[in-house]
Amino acid sequence: MRRAPGDPKASEITPESLWLDRRSFLKAAGLAAAAALSPRLVGAADFAGGEKPTPLDSITAYNNFYEFGTDKESPARYAPKYLKPHPWSVKVEGLVGKPKTWSIEELSKVFPSQERIYRLRCVEAWSAVIPWNGFPLSALLKKAEPKAKAKYVAFQTLYDPKQMPGQNESVLQWPYVEGLRLDEAMHDLTLLATGIYGKPMPAQDGAPIRLVVPWKYGFKSIKSIVSIKLVESQPPTSWNISAPPEYGFYSNVNPEHDHPRWSQSTERRLGELFKRKTLMFNGYSTEVASLYKGMDLDANY
Amino acid sequence: MKALLFLVCLAPLLRLGWRAFHAALGANPVQTVQFQTGLWALNLLLVTLAITPLVKLTGKSALNKYRRMLGVFSYFYALLHFLTYLVLDKFFDFHEIWKDVAKRLWITAGFSCFILLTPLALTSTDGMIRRLGKNWGLLHRLIYPAAILGVVHFLWLVKKDRTAPLEYAAALAVILGARFVLKASDFRR
Ligand code: HEM
Repeated sequence: MRRAPGDPKASEITPESLWLDRRSFLKAAGLAAAAALSPRLVGAADFAGGEKPTPLDSITAYNNFYEFGTDKESPARYAPKYLKPHPWSVKVEGLVGKPKTWSIEELSKVFPSQERIYRLRCVEAWSAVIPWNGFPLSALLKKAEPKAKAKYVAFQTLYDPKQMPGQNESVLQWPYVEGLRLDEAMHDLTLLATGIYGKPMPAQDGAPIRLVVPWKYGFKSIKSIVSIKLVESQPPTSWNISAPPEYGFYSNVNPEHDHPRWSQSTERRLGELFKRKTLMFNGYSTEVASLYKGMDLDANY
Repeated sequence: MKALLFLVCLAPLLRLGWRAFHAALGANPVQTVQFQTGLWALNLLLVTLAITPLVKLTGKSALNKYRRMLGVFSYFYALLHFLTYLVLDKFFDFHEIWKDVAKRLWITAGFSCFILLTPLALTSTDGMIRRLGKNWGLLHRLIYPAAILGVVHFLWLVKKDRTAPLEYAAALAVILGARFVLKASDFRR
């Protein structure tokens, strides 16, 4: 499933961004500890089985981002207008040896951007293939030096109804919060993404920085993050607070555990007419199944 | 007038066709079709139900002429809506469909609504109306439970934001309330 770097299929997609990535990688490699990066991750790495990515205009026109309205078109309409992704900072706090407030510029300087093509499966049974630009969350967490007591990571979206007018409606509790177990957060597939298709993250997709956890339903991949906090016990998560029987803490893609109101066994890729079968862990079983060994995934949905 | 109304009723379908032709149905075209056909089935169902109280309130009995066309178009969109589900969502997987209908109450409601509307559409020809006589009126009372089930279907399917289905519920309540009150006042007269 994984392809080597510079694989023609993957790199054909965005030659321009690949060049930029290479350049920034070389620069970063000169500056920072290049040893942490395995060279095969440079350039576009395909984690989507060679599938063609969804066109950018679909990725930016069809979004769930309730901070800008509850239908799919509102985020594209309002997010670019209201959200101010610059300046922006992200606090890394809680049970860490080195808490720090990072500016976006600093983050992109210290953590070289990679391009990774992932499948994205929404809990609403649609899906897409997205070429993200970003870096593994684990790199940032390691820098913060999590304490032994830290077992979970809690994330928070910006709370500012002026920038996010949807927060004036009480459809969800604001700010949006999400969480991962520490081992999930440290997994190499878990990204902090700052761009798509080599361009800065569009506002409606969670500018300037968002989480990407490709084996979980899309709502786990929290957008427009302002805080990352290491904590001891399982943090509350927005959709779970809103409807516990429908959205669990784990929310791993699981074709065998249906949403109470619809089947999760199939999904429709944006741009396709018929549905296709949904894969366990969204097709990332090889990489992540071991995280859940011995767990009852039907009970821990 | 009737021809104009026919075009108005057809407009949502023409618009869908136009958008499909220009690849402008959005990133998830099938869902757009599913939503639009469902909405228009319900819109026209409510308009159909509103005709009788409107006639009583305004005295414009000419409106009665249009009731049948509105009702049949409502069914037409419900049928397209169901076909979208049957073909594009489930691809004739009747086992899956049966599981959906039995397990998911919102599908049960939509499906029951569709089943109730079917005999109404089938008996909307002049011949059938004549043949059924008094029973036609009895049979067509099925439109009340059908409309309620349609609104319930909508209420139960939304993920979080219930604004739109609640507006439909309110509209239905007003229409049914008006029918009830006007009927009661008929009695008194
Ligand atoms: C034959 C059985 C029916 C089935 C299987 C069915 C199925 C569906 C499905 C799958 C959706 C889309 C849900 C989503 O993607 O979130 C939907 C939406 C909807 N359906 Fe149905 N439906 C049926 C009958 C009806 C009938 C008879 C009506 C109206 C009279 C109706 C009105 C609606 C409405 C208003 C929507 C929502 C549109 C929106 O959200 O904009 N449905 N239905």
